[in-house]
Amino acid sequence: MSRTVTTQRKAINTALAWGIGLLIFFPILWTFLTSFKTEATAIADPPVFLFFDWTLENYSVVTERSDYARFLWNSIFIAGGSTILGIIVAVPAAWSMAFVPSHRTKDILLWMLSTKMLPAVGVLYPIYLLFIKMGLLDSRLGLTLVLMLINLPIIVWMLYTYFREIPGEILEAARMDGATLRSEIIYVLTPMAVPGIASTLLLNFILAWNEAFWTLNLTAAKAAPLTAFIASYSSPEGLFYAKLSAASTMAIAPILILGWFSQKQLVRGLTFGAVK
Amino acid sequence: MGQITLEKVTKKFGNVEVIPPLDLTIHDGEFTVFVGPSGCGKSTLLRLIAGLEDMTSGTLRIDGQDATAIPPAKRGLAMVFQSYALYPHMSVRKNIAFPMRMAGVDQATQNAKIDAAAKALNLTDYLDRRPGQLSGGQRQRVAIGRAIVREPSAFLFDEPLSNLDAALRVGMRLEISELHKKLATTMVYVTHDQVEAMTMADKIVVLRAGHIEQVGSPLELYHTPRNTFVAGFIGSPKMNLIDGAEAEKHDAHTIGIRPEHIDVDAQGGPWQGKVGVAEHLGSDTFFHIHDTGLAETITVRAPGEVSFDHGDTVFLTPRDDKIHRFNAEGLRFS
Repeated sequence: MSRTVTTQRKAINTALAWGIGLLIFFPILWTFLTSFKTEATAIADPPVFLFFDWTLENYSVVTERSDYARFLWNSIFIAGGSTILGIIVAVPAAWSMAFVPSHRTKDILLWMLSTKMLPAVGVLYPIYLLFIKMGLLDSRLGLTLVLMLINLPIIVWMLYTYFREIPGEILEAARMDGATLRSEIIYVLTPMAVPGIASTLLLNFILAWNEAFWTLNLTAAKAAPLTAFIASYSSPEGLFYAKLSAASTMAIAPILILGWFSQKQLVRGLTFGAVK
Repeated sequence: MGQITLEKVTKKFGNVEVIPPLDLTIHDGEFTVFVGPSGCGKSTLLRLIAGLEDMTSGTLRIDGQDATAIPPAKRGLAMVFQSYALYPHMSVRKNIAFPMRMAGVDQATQNAKIDAAAKALNLTDYLDRRPGQLSGGQRQRVAIGRAIVREPSAFLFDEPLSNLDAALRVGMRLEISELHKKLATTMVYVTHDQVEAMTMADKIVVLRAGHIEQVGSPLELYHTPRNTFVAGFIGSPKMNLIDGAEAEKHDAHTIGIRPEHIDVDAQGGPWQGKVGVAEHLGSDTFFHIHDTGLAETITVRAPGEVSFDHGDTVFLTPRDDKIHRFNAEGLRFS
């Protein structure tokens, strides 16, 4: 017997889904709208939703006052760099855990995950000191390394899950065909895992892009990415909501656009294994 | 050349001994089949030869050279897997070229060999397709093509036909046999299907729980099975094994008689029973006879079309010279 879904039920479900979707999206929409308001309209009570004098003033002030391009480049460098480094480290790690597991593999995987349960601030002091000693404070290299390490457990876990789906016989066939471990990973495993690696790349890029704790604490001016760019508009002398919104919109726009175009990959990546 | 020798080879997974000490020689050019019920260690044995599993102890020699510690890629063996194990992201051409690419063979030689292999295996029209676009039989041919171009000293087949339907299986069986005749290269073939073993092998190795029960040509195994296990495993339908009073008449603990060595008629004979199921194949008819007092079922193979119906009483006459006799340990003694 098939389940029957009535039209009425369908309509309610659709409305409900839209409602929840809008609710989640509302803060971003509000930020976007506020970025086109004057500072006075931005804090008007009752709040104005759509009918106000749209202005680009905030954007011109923000771009004038800070060097958006430099923050953007730092964000791209740090998010991209940490993601690529992470993949380079995680592919061999996930390979060995998926295809030549030892009786400790499960423990290692859990241990790696457990590091994500520790509040970041717990290790801020040691890492800060290490950064000072190594001269990595306010450097793109330093941030890239830290973000890579922070996200590594997630990358390894995701890749491990993808690799587990690849039949081991194919890798054995490559071995019989004379492939060295290196060629096996480059020519056989990686191309087969491309969809998985792509969604891991994307997700990790987004996570690194949005990471604010380390980027704010370990940078000053030189290596500051877009998170610091936003933070610089929440100044102690009073909030300028409209300008803060403009800065926020400029900071999240690139990643939102990337996310929009790659949503198919992302959804597939995040539900991989669960839906199969 | 492709002589493979196993000397006192053992394999343990944890504390479980899958292969107890085992000695075996596979001669150059021989088609050797490892056969046995599932879990008997036949695939493990093949993977030990391939190098995909490490031996726990013992020595493997390929053409006299100690190959125990040589990685699989360097053993000069090619393997065809049950799941075909083709590279799904590569075209058929690239799949076949892969081992040559790994070996650094130049492009012209690669192309020549691919074309030759494709022609031999009827794959010429499919070279630019992906494995996902091929049928099971074609995929298995690609896997064989990939093995051929390596010009290995021996081919290893791990149940290569189990994923194919019955009709294709018979066809592929012939193709592999013909390939062996043409290349005269050593082939080691694992199957649980004794029909494949009987039809393809020069030499059959019957395995049970990691032990070699018997090694011999198909007809040796058929005519003189060393014990009741081999007697029951080789031959289709199975040999009838009879214990008790009837066996004692022949001074044995167990006697065996193949279905084709029992005559059946309605007139008379030493054994009597009722027809259970009759399977009419046209060329032969198999009768499953119950209530004989000898064994639960006695299977009889009658040539051509013989019509007895369910419930008919029939008489069975075993051919005395075809009776196999086994002692209490199940070993053959005449």
